[in-house]
Amino acid sequence: MSKTKSGSPQTDSVKALRQIKEKILGRNFLLFVTIVLFIAMYIGGLIAFKDKNFGNLQVFLNLLISNAGLIITSVGMTMVLIVAGIDISVGSVIAVTCMMLAAMMENANIGAVPAMLIVLVFGFVFGAAQGFLIAYLKIQPFIVTLAGMFFARGLTAVISLKMITITNETFLSIAQYKMYLPFGATVNRKGVLVYPYIYPTVVAALVIVALVFIILRYTKFGRSVYAVGGNEQSALLMGLNVRRTKFIVYIINGVLATLGGIAFCLNTTGAFVELAKGFEMDAIASTVIGGTPLTGGVGNVFGTLFGVLIKATIETFVSFQGNLSSWWSKIIIASLLAFFIILQTLLTMRKRQDSQ
Amino acid sequence: MFFRRLLIERVDLMATGTEILKMRRITKNFLGVRALHNVDFTLRSGEIHALMGENGAGKSTLIKVLTGAEEFETGEIWIEGKDHPIINRSPKEAQQNGISTVYQEINLCPNLSVGENIMLGREPKRLGAIDWKTMNKKAKEALQALEIDIDVTLKLDHYSIAIQQMVAIARAVDISSRVLILDEPTSSLTENEVNKLFSIMRKVRERGLGIIFVTHFLEQVYEVCDRITVLRNGELVGEYEIENLPRVKLVASMLGKDFDDLSEVKREKTVTNGDAREKIIEADGLGREGRIKPFDLEVCRGDVVGLSGLLGSGRSELARAIFCADKPDKGELKVKGKKFNAHTPLDSLKAGMAFLPENRKEEGIIADLSVRENIVIALQARHGMFKLLSKKEQEEFTDRFIDLLNIKTADRETPLKQLSGGNQQKVILARWLLTNPDFMILDEPTRGIDVGTKAEIQRLVIELADQGKAVIFISSEIEEMLRTCSRMVIMRDQEKVGELSDDDITQENIMKAIAGGQAV
Amino acid sequence: MKQESLMKRITGFRLFLPILCLLLVLLVNLIQTPTFFKITVQNGVFYGFIIDIINRSSGLVIMALGMTLVVASSGGTDISVGAVSAVAGAVCVVALGTGEAYQMPYALSLLLALIVGALCGIVNGFLVAYMRVQPMVATLILFTAGRGIAQLITGSFILYVKPEHFSYLGAFLPGVPIPTPCFVALFLILLTWMLLRFTTLGMYIQSVGINRRASRLVGLNSKLIIFLTYVFCSICASVAGLISVSRTSSIDANNVGLYTELDAILAVAIGGNSLGGGKFSLAGSVIGAITIQALTTTLYAMHVAADQLPLYKAMVVIIIVSLQSPVVKKWFSGLKSKTSYSEPAKEAN
Repeated sequence: MSKTKSGSPQTDSVKALRQIKEKILGRNFLLFVTIVLFIAMYIGGLIAFKDKNFGNLQVFLNLLISNAGLIITSVGMTMVLIVAGIDISVGSVIAVTCMMLAAMMENANIGAVPAMLIVLVFGFVFGAAQGFLIAYLKIQPFIVTLAGMFFARGLTAVISLKMITITNETFLSIAQYKMYLPFGATVNRKGVLVYPYIYPTVVAALVIVALVFIILRYTKFGRSVYAVGGNEQSALLMGLNVRRTKFIVYIINGVLATLGGIAFCLNTTGAFVELAKGFEMDAIASTVIGGTPLTGGVGNVFGTLFGVLIKATIETFVSFQGNLSSWWSKIIIASLLAFFIILQTLLTMRKRQDSQ
Repeated sequence: MFFRRLLIERVDLMATGTEILKMRRITKNFLGVRALHNVDFTLRSGEIHALMGENGAGKSTLIKVLTGAEEFETGEIWIEGKDHPIINRSPKEAQQNGISTVYQEINLCPNLSVGENIMLGREPKRLGAIDWKTMNKKAKEALQALEIDIDVTLKLDHYSIAIQQMVAIARAVDISSRVLILDEPTSSLTENEVNKLFSIMRKVRERGLGIIFVTHFLEQVYEVCDRITVLRNGELVGEYEIENLPRVKLVASMLGKDFDDLSEVKREKTVTNGDAREKIIEADGLGREGRIKPFDLEVCRGDVVGLSGLLGSGRSELARAIFCADKPDKGELKVKGKKFNAHTPLDSLKAGMAFLPENRKEEGIIADLSVRENIVIALQARHGMFKLLSKKEQEEFTDRFIDLLNIKTADRETPLKQLSGGNQQKVILARWLLTNPDFMILDEPTRGIDVGTKAEIQRLVIELADQGKAVIFISSEIEEMLRTCSRMVIMRDQEKVGELSDDDITQENIMKAIAGGQAV
Repeated sequence: MKQESLMKRITGFRLFLPILCLLLVLLVNLIQTPTFFKITVQNGVFYGFIIDIINRSSGLVIMALGMTLVVASSGGTDISVGAVSAVAGAVCVVALGTGEAYQMPYALSLLLALIVGALCGIVNGFLVAYMRVQPMVATLILFTAGRGIAQLITGSFILYVKPEHFSYLGAFLPGVPIPTPCFVALFLILLTWMLLRFTTLGMYIQSVGINRRASRLVGLNSKLIIFLTYVFCSICASVAGLISVSRTSSIDANNVGLYTELDAILAVAIGGNSLGGGKFSLAGSVIGAITIQALTTTLYAMHVAADQLPLYKAMVVIIIVSLQSPVVKKWFSGLKSKTSYSEPAKEAN
């Protein structure tokens, strides 16, 4: 203490260091933890699975490819969590999205593009209905989306109890359209130079991450999402329209969930009633692990992207390892979730003490 | 300062500063209870105007009416520059009329940056997107105008309550308001922080705004205010120049006594057995950081010790520390001569204490439970979870107290929320009497209840003391205290500042002590 | 005396809606299937729609008991009950083994399953009561992990228990014409009721749920009480899991208790209990649970596929919670005259 008071040349550097520390820890501590965790896991993977080409760029891209739908859905979930809500209906919404797409294209001969548009309209209406009940009738989001989860799953079964495989050519050509990257080529076993590739869904997912980032950071609506999630009463007193903000968030979330469903469907090219069961928990877990606490007011879609990548990496580990049951990935993710929830609780507890 | 000099030179109120806000004959009832009755209030530009009064005086209601949080029934609000009276239907409308409020619980978003909190709703834009650079610059300017120099990009909850308070003021002032209301802003601030806040208030005053300052701290009023309006029981007592109102007179007007005409009301002397009396409570340096400064206190059998002081003076906090409602972090407590270390209210309960809290609605009644359950619950807690009192016992106890305290209820199974305030209070009293405590703390037991019940409760307190119980009695009404208390502890600014006993207990002495020892 | 009759109407009202719901469902059934209330004896046991409804609702009734107390004390819901019942079922089956004879004594395995279930409740209760995590968030952890744990215990296989004795719990005891789950449910209802009636817990739980601060000041240990309700809730869920496992003499960790958390919450809400905590009615929740099962059975009878059921349940949930919504209530009371029993006058200031 006495050193800092004396004003020695060290003081400034100490101060600057502390400021940097504060900036990292104070503002985005949770995001920081998430990114560090991901990097650590990735490096761990590089060492542990060296012989299985874990470092291959395509392996990394596969993380994105197989989780494009989850990324899109989790981005919506991030907004919902920031506004201090929750949505557990997204898994069922994805199922009903896939089922509607499949039924429309296979049974009703509707083209791929119109079918997608119709599904998006459904997402809008579904989100609006949930948003109305939550924002205007003030029913707990958990209960409303619980009902939404039931509803969408039941609707899936009403549309068709049988599995439908999609054969629509336009749809399949979108699903199988490989976009090769101009770099990072590797020589495969046959000695052919292979460029790594991604699917259009990945591009869509990344665009949506960027788009929602901009909305949250650079629009009045985006900022009011944070304000409402942080302290609803204050937001109201500062003249924000709290109800409308919540309403719009759930609409966006509904649309993103169906969009995620379309991406999901492009991966599965088929639909059945039990599809995407438990998907909502993946979305919530990814978002929370990505540094968005369930208490609202804080969060970042880039964190969510990393949250999804962490979840995907765990799954890749489990499958690379070969002997482990796939349930291990669920348990590891749940423990991570528990860890983050407790970390967030402790952080808020400390803050509460500090302010007293 | 121009206005200040004018204020001192002329007593004529109308001649100073322009009147920017006039409230005339404001009346407001809450479900039949009169909250405001024909209240006038006038605020001038460039002044800090204290709004004072005890609990139930109508300060909060007046502020709520002004900010649009509550509607009023009759009366008019005029604001400078408008040729017709205004009615604010929401805080937002009040803001548009130039009236901004900073509350004790800061109404900002702790999760957003300081800059955002100041500019929220008025964000500058470039190419349709929020321009963060300009926003932070503007926020910084707004703060610098009040000589606050902090990093606006950090989150609000990174800063202390005091700084947050100042950010709230900066926001309010920046929304180009003419009237700034500060509703008990200093309650949770340290002395240094209060001084900083005052310098900011003075700067705001220099800009020609009118500030309404609601506080309980007398010292602060005399330090920073130009004028005082006092309310009592929903009515205007008067508007005073600070120079013309000595502290004792202020206290007298708040407590409802004409200082020059103090009739002596006194509790009839009860039997005191001299030194033989058992000490029930001995507090030695008991205190809690930020709430109540360390104090010593002894309470003996047969004592009714009054805690006298204004609201916020620490009188409730002292009581809460003894009962462990808020666990003290300093000092020690002896109960009946034995060292007593409580961790929860249950420990205190088991040691024979009882505590009737000030806030009946939030800490007293369990609204949906029946009268019977509300009465037996404390005794039950003392007996423990598995020794349920038989239904017959419960009913007997309940009936006894319904009878004894004359509780008006349809049935002993009626939910407590359906009873009137006075009867609810009697139920809470019954709850504690049933535990047969040696020591009772009654914090504002007569607040918000009818005159008849008040008298009954006062009589009961004296009876209890005569039965050999020790009582701590807290009330905003001095007369009531005089009638019941055998000893007075004077509280001021979160500190115990003195005791009065026997013949020293007079209204005059009490008021002087509360006011801070200054001569009339 | 006028007030008293008013009072009676209010207390009557608490169970009025749940019973009406149940009667409505039963009436629809009676019209659909005139033989609905007929009970026959086949193979020495009772058969019939009514018996079936009561039998099948037993597990849900048991879960609803625990959920009622959780909701009452903490104003939150435990969404891990389905997963916990799967864990308990898995523990029991694995402990008994898949051989011709039990690996471990029957009673001991049941006890083990209940202990593991209680452990889950301890985790939930600790997070909610002592760490002050929102109930839903805290129970989300086990909701996510529970089925994974159950899968790990069973090694991801569907395991069968061979001795016939194992199915007694979920079906019939030899010589008894009434399904065993009914007895279990009845026993637990009585046990819970006595626990609440003859200890102070009933009063404590309501008191903590209504006003936590006041409860603390009268000497109640709010945290402990909330903690205990979560433990109790998980034990109830475990019992329900054991019944479910016994019904099929097998464990499929993926499907035991699937979606039951939703049914349990729904049962509490249909029972007229406020999801905001405080006053509760066990009878209401029991009726609620039976109503849900009656609805399910009805829909089956109307040839609705099992997978489509959620659609209709969702509609019921939405209607009920909308009616409970403060906004809608306010709107309704705006329609009615405001003269009757108003809350005690708000104090000025």
